[in-house]
Amino acid sequence: MMSRFWPMFRKEFVQMRRDRLTLGIMIGIPVVQLLLFGYAIQTDVRNLATVVLDQSRTPESRDVIAAFQNTGNFRIVAHVDDRPALDRAIARGDAQAGIIVPYDYPRRLGRGTTATLQVIVDAGDPLASQAAISAAAGVAQVRNLAILSHATGRASVPVEVRVRPRYNPGLRSPNYIVPGLVGVILTITMVLITAMAIVRERERGTLEQLIVTPITKTELMLGKIAPYVGVGLIQMTAVLALGRFVFDVPLTGNVLLLYTIALIFVVASLALGLFISTLVRTQQQAMQVSFFFVLPNILLSGFMFPRQAMPEVFQWMGLLLPLTHFLKVLRGILLKGVGLEALWQEVLVLAGFAALMIVLSVRRFRKTLD
Amino acid sequence: MSQAAVETRDLTRRFGTLVAVRQLTLRIEPGEVFGLLGPNGSGKTTTIRMLCGLLEPTTGSALVAGIDVAVAPEQVKQRIGYMSQKFGLYEDLTVAENLDFYGGIYGLPQAARAARSSEVIAFLELDRRLDELGSQLSGGWKQRLALGCALLHRPVVLFLDEPTAGVDPAARRNFWRAISELATQGTTVIVTTHYMDEAERCGRLAMLSGGHLIALGTPGEVAAQVGGRTLEDAFIILQERDER
Repeated sequence: MMSRFWPMFRKEFVQMRRDRLTLGIMIGIPVVQLLLFGYAIQTDVRNLATVVLDQSRTPESRDVIAAFQNTGNFRIVAHVDDRPALDRAIARGDAQAGIIVPYDYPRRLGRGTTATLQVIVDAGDPLASQAAISAAAGVAQVRNLAILSHATGRASVPVEVRVRPRYNPGLRSPNYIVPGLVGVILTITMVLITAMAIVRERERGTLEQLIVTPITKTELMLGKIAPYVGVGLIQMTAVLALGRFVFDVPLTGNVLLLYTIALIFVVASLALGLFISTLVRTQQQAMQVSFFFVLPNILLSGFMFPRQAMPEVFQWMGLLLPLTHFLKVLRGILLKGVGLEALWQEVLVLAGFAALMIVLSVRRFRKTLD
Repeated sequence: MSQAAVETRDLTRRFGTLVAVRQLTLRIEPGEVFGLLGPNGSGKTTTIRMLCGLLEPTTGSALVAGIDVAVAPEQVKQRIGYMSQKFGLYEDLTVAENLDFYGGIYGLPQAARAARSSEVIAFLELDRRLDELGSQLSGGWKQRLALGCALLHRPVVLFLDEPTAGVDPAARRNFWRAISELATQGTTVIVTTHYMDEAERCGRLAMLSGGHLIALGTPGEVAAQVGGRTLEDAFIILQERDER
């Protein structure tokens, strides 16, 4: 049993090595994607283009406008003279925020009544506007606190909440994105590679010759995926190294444990591709089915959008994707430094998924031409 | 009676409503070179594929080397060699790598594999092509390599599906010399062909039309049964009858 695994493995390995273009793409894609995603994706939105309508033009109004600017969330691009001009600027997209300081701002401030400022935010992009909205509220709070404590004569504030952001104290996007990217890249390339594997042989006519031999289905399947396990681990190494040295993403936990679990995840992804390969008849179909599978992985796994925000049904659907579980492992080990005691459930799910896919592929594959 | 190399009884294969092979009953003795002759669509390839375990018979039975293909197709596969119509080997592997791969897949132990490989290489004069990629070979050499890969495990029965399609006459003659040699060593060879000169080289022939057997015997007998002076006459008569 399994004596024909090695010839199959060697053959796949030689073919893989000889196909320079594909090999180059497999190693090149992770690097390019990492640089793209790493630099491009910044979820903390700063420097929102802002127009100002300062109707009072007093030292007090200039002071409060400067306070907005100092938060770093607002970048003043223009001053306008009337409300329609401000609305137009936001409507056209020249600015995403507008600050209106009314005529009576200094007067009301001096009299001790409520002085009202208006901040208009283009909330078409909720992610971009959120930071600005909370920053605007912060500006008011800081001023209120200063004025009230001055009035009451207290030297310190009554209540203070100290928030400690653990595991990613700088709230840096790359720390969140790069570990996720390891999982996404592995999913895309591993599934696609093996989804093509069997149909390619079918299309080239080499499968017919192969299935008149006594090779068993299991030997054929395992021999096909084994060489790509190495490719997957090389990809992961490339992304982690770049993440570490270019984006300063920490490698907090046990790297050996990470590689061990990654191995299981890679096998699971390859086996899923293999299963796709047994469902389709042409390489083009294989490609389409793979992409159909990849998209929910990016959307539902928690790679970019927090799973906690999703309706429960979609959270459940996300649990069916191996990537969802592997992301927990990646972030757990890389950012939190946790070990197997916190991740054993994910490991079991991944191993179960891999085994299920291999069994399904072997059962679906027929050594006949019907 | 000794065991037949191939024995079929009412072997039938349907594809939906189409009956590709209809109640074929044949007995082929060990060491025969047996030809399957007939126009396109007459059921030659389907017959061979059923005998190799690549297609399941719809009804009827077939024993190859004494084993029922419907019951134990994998045991049949260890005892047969097969060359498909289209070059079925790896164009991105060299001649040597293809041979080594199939030697491994047929489960030859390492030492035996090397020895058997050299025998096959010498027999088919592949020695100067070992490092060439499959894609660089001409039709004639591809076909020899395919034959080589099908011979490594010393099959009892060798199935060749239109082995010389698209191969030049000199290469065809060499190929047939190798076939005859194998038959004298005791290998049963079952071959489909369109070429009359090749059909003449077969010990016995089965002529198929529309999925069923219409003539069986030596080339001369078959020609007479179909009603032609030569095999070629018989073939043309048959094709015209088919087209009507």
